[in-house]
Parts: sequence; C-alpha cells; structure tokens
Amino acid sequence: MKLVVAIVRPEKLNDVLEALFRAEVRGLSISRVQGHGGETERVETYRGTTVKMELSEKVRLEIGVSDHFVEPTVRAILASARTGEVGDGKIFVLPVEKVYRIRTGEEDTAAVTPVG
Amino acid sequence: MKNLRLPLFLLGSLGGLALAEDPAMSAADTAWMLTATGLVLLMTPALAFFYGGLVRSKNVLNTMMMSFSALGFVGVAWALLGYTLALSGEGNFIGDLRYALLSNVGLENKGAIASITIPHLLWMVFQGTFAIITAALVSGAIVERMRFPAFLLFITLWSLVVYAPIAKWVWGGGFLADLGAWDFAGGTVVHINAGIAALVAALVLGPRKDFGRQAILPHNVPFVLLGAAFLWLGWFGFNAGSAWAANATAGLALANTILAPAATLVVWSLLELSRTGRVTAVGLATAIVVGLVVITPAAAFVAPIYALAMGALGAFPSYFALLWRAKSGLDDSLDVFAAHGVAGMAGAVLTGVFAQESVNGLFNGLIGGNPAQVFVQAFAVLIAVVYSAGMTFLLLKLVGALIPLKALPKEEGLGMDVTQHGEEAYTSGEGAILVRSEAPRPSAQPKPVGGTD
Repeated sequence: MKLVVAIVRPEKLNDVLEALFRAEVRGLSISRVQGHGGETERVETYRGTTVKMELSEKVRLEIGVSDHFVEPTVRAILASARTGEVGDGKIFVLPVEKVYRIRTGEEDTAAVTPVG
Repeated sequence: MKNLRLPLFLLGSLGGLALAEDPAMSAADTAWMLTATGLVLLMTPALAFFYGGLVRSKNVLNTMMMSFSALGFVGVAWALLGYTLALSGEGNFIGDLRYALLSNVGLENKGAIASITIPHLLWMVFQGTFAIITAALVSGAIVERMRFPAFLLFITLWSLVVYAPIAKWVWGGGFLADLGAWDFAGGTVVHINAGIAALVAALVLGPRKDFGRQAILPHNVPFVLLGAAFLWLGWFGFNAGSAWAANATAGLALANTILAPAATLVVWSLLELSRTGRVTAVGLATAIVVGLVVITPAAAFVAPIYALAMGALGAFPSYFALLWRAKSGLDDSLDVFAAHGVAGMAGAVLTGVFAQESVNGLFNGLIGGNPAQVFVQAFAVLIAVVYSAGMTFLLLKLVGALIPLKALPKEEGLGMDVTQHGEEAYTSGEGAILVRSEAPRPSAQPKPVGGTD
C-alpha cells in the first residue's frame, strides 16, 4: 500500500475530486493548508501597510491506496490539478507500513479497497 | 415619488390665482427628509452585505466594494450632472443643464422642478441616494468576474445615460408621466431598470468560469440576513420619504412597506415548505427584498389590505423566476433580474390593479373601476425595459472597447479580492512579510530550502 499526499490549488480542488471519483478512487481526506512553493509573491496593502504574502492557500489530499491504484490516482491528480503556472503543487507517494479499517478490523489491502 | 405632472396640471386648471402660491418651508417635512435621506443612503452598504454574503469568501471584498464605490462615483456624477439631466426643465425626454455642477440648487424650497417644502439642496441629495442604490443593484449580476476599473466606468456612465433619462420620463414630468403611468417610489425607475440592466450585463459579460461546473455557495448567510434587515430599514426612507413630507401619505407608505414584505415572507415560506419541506434563510432574505420591490411603486397608492395582497401575489413570479434561472445557463449571479426586475414588473402592474382614488386622491386602478390603468402601467414598464436593455448593452460594448470587462479565468480562480484589490477579507496574516519600501527588491527573500519548484 501507498499513501498519496497531494498539495493542490484550492480552486482546482473540485476538478481533482471529480477526476479521482471518475478514476474510482473513493477514500480520501482533505485539509486546508498554507504553503510556499516558489510562486511569485502577492503584494497586498492595508491602509499604507504593504506586505508580501509568502504563504498561499493550498489543499492537501491524503489518499491511502493499494499498489495497483497508485498509478491511476497520480495520473488523475496530475491531469486535473495542473494550470501550468508555478504553484500548481506536488504529489508525494509514501510507503505505508500498516493500514486498519476501524469498522471491520480489516488490514492492509483489504482496508484500502472500497466497499463494493 | 409623486407624479409631477399632476400638481402642475392642477395648478394650471385652477387658474391664475393658484399659480403664484408656493408652499412654505416646513420644519417637520425637512426633519423627516433629513432622516429619510440617511435611511436611503444606508441601503447601499446594506446591499453590500446582502450581496457580499452571497458570494464566495475570495470575492467578498470585491462584491461589497461594487456597492460602496457607487456611493462615491455615482454620488459625484449625480451632483455634477445626473440631477440636472433627471429632474429639470420642461423636456419630455431629458433635462436641461440649469442645475449642472450644482448651480441654482439652493437652500430655499424654490427652484426645484417639483413643489416642495424642504430645501432644494436636500431634495437633490435625497434623489441622489436613489441613483446610487440603483447603480449598486446592477452589480449583483456581474460579481466574481467583472474587472473593477471597468465596473467603475460602467456604473458612473450608466447612472447618467440610463438612470437619469428614465427618472426624467417618470418623475421629471416626462412622457411616461404624461401618459398617466404612476410610480410612487421607484418600481420602474429603480428596480425594473436595475433588473433589466443586470440581465443584459450578465449576458454581455458571460458566465463565471465555474458557473454550472461546480457548486458556488454563499460564504456568509448571516451577512445576507443582516443586509436584508438594513435594506428593510432603509426602505422606510425610500418609500415613506418619497412623500417628501411628514404627513399621512408617508404614514401610509411606511405601513405598506412593513405589510407587503411581511406577506411575501409568509407566502415564500409556504412555497418553500410545499416544494422542499424546508424554509431557508437565504430564501427569506430574498423574500423580504422581493416584497419591498413589489410595494415600491404602490407604497402610498393602495390601501393596506391591498399592500398585503400585493406582497402575497408578488412572491410567485419572483419565486418561479429564481427556480428557472438556477436551471438556465444565465449567470445573473445574485438574481438581480428575478428579485428586482420581475418583482418590479409585478409591482408596477399590480399598482394598476389595486390603486384607489379614495386612498391616494390621484387615480384609480382596476379595482377602482379603471382597468385601462393596468395597460398604462404595463406600457410604461415596456418602455423602461426596452430603453434600459438597449442602452445598457451599448454602454457595456463601449466600455468594453476601451478597457477589458472581464477578469481572466486565472484571476477568477485566485479570487477577485486578491487580483483586483490586493486585499483579503479573512486573512490570518501568517506568512505576511512587511515591505518597508515600495521599490522592487528582486530575490531579496531567501527561498526555503528545497522549495524552488
């Protein structure tokens, strides 16, 4: 099993979710994060106080998948999250030691396989 | 606002003895109109909250600033030119320049086109608050995508070439007034006009990039309710202030301004209950506005019991227009057409149904035995619709030829607050680095290690 962690633009989240569901990837969590990936800085001004916003709003997706699902998952995210501008995000694929499904106690591949 | 032709006509028919008689300045009327002017002005910030709550959080400042900027841009345009175009002279279509740059607008109650008992200058600004809210209303159709500079140019010119002439026709003794069409506080001039302009603007600008592709939900429904509350409060100045006096007419207008939206709220709730089983907060806020729009042209022309009827009946066309719009490909983003255009038309026609001379002392509608009034009202609506649609279209094409109207899809994605204004509504300030000088400092900031994508 692998854990796919993707950092994407918030405005692309809907597209990414759509692409994942179309690829039949159903188990995932998202969180709102702030990060810096080398984008051009945004300059904002509040009554004469000018600031450079170094952190941008991003969304982090965490998806536990069985090995043969890694490829479709990554492809779906790559295709749907891309705008071509700096700041599109990253995908990390991490090894996973052990997975349990809490409801049934199933382990590993069974635990990350969606219920039919 | 009263039909100006009637007092003038009456004065004429009474012969020479009445003509010289000018009403005296009234302290009571002036006190009420000072208050009413403030109330109507408050409607525009209220609208900012109403609209601001309905958009996504990345666009809330942009949306609210569209209303707030009207306070300045349309306010100045009105004082310099709009007022004289709308409310001066004997012309049937447009005013002359006698009040341009505020010349001949004094503190006496003389010199205005209408017979008033308050300072002319106060009357001018009271009328100005109507121009401001009308222009601000249009913004609801083009939020989340129109570039801000283009919007500013558009509404400033719009208040002069669309609002001012229609105000002249209806309130300035123009040809719609001659025809016998009645609009007490601005159903046609303000709401139908804004609703139609909004519809045209939505069509010219085209939809938002996310429209129809993903759910676009209101980011702050309490803001919407707050806006509706202050719109209702401000509307007392709008309708009861349109009596231009602290008198029985104002009392009737205010009572009707409470009763009609109350009836709309009840009917809207029942419609929602019967269709979905649930009454929604955004639905009720919308119902209040719809009821207010419906009663506006009739506020002091109909008996209170018929104000209730108008509010109740007025719920239906707007409710079903909203349902239709949501399914259509039309991105009138905040439903200005359904809430103001459709309700404005319903109100204008229902005014022709429920008006009674025994109540208003001026004219009868259908129930007073004058069915022709319905058609006169409908004809005035048609004229306003055609002119507003045509001129708004031409104006947007003109502005679009000078500067781009629409933000790029990428800018829409990032949000209009950041791309148009360089501000965010809800920022934690994390990651914000103080810039001490405005001079560009290339690569002064060290990039975090490993983060140089």
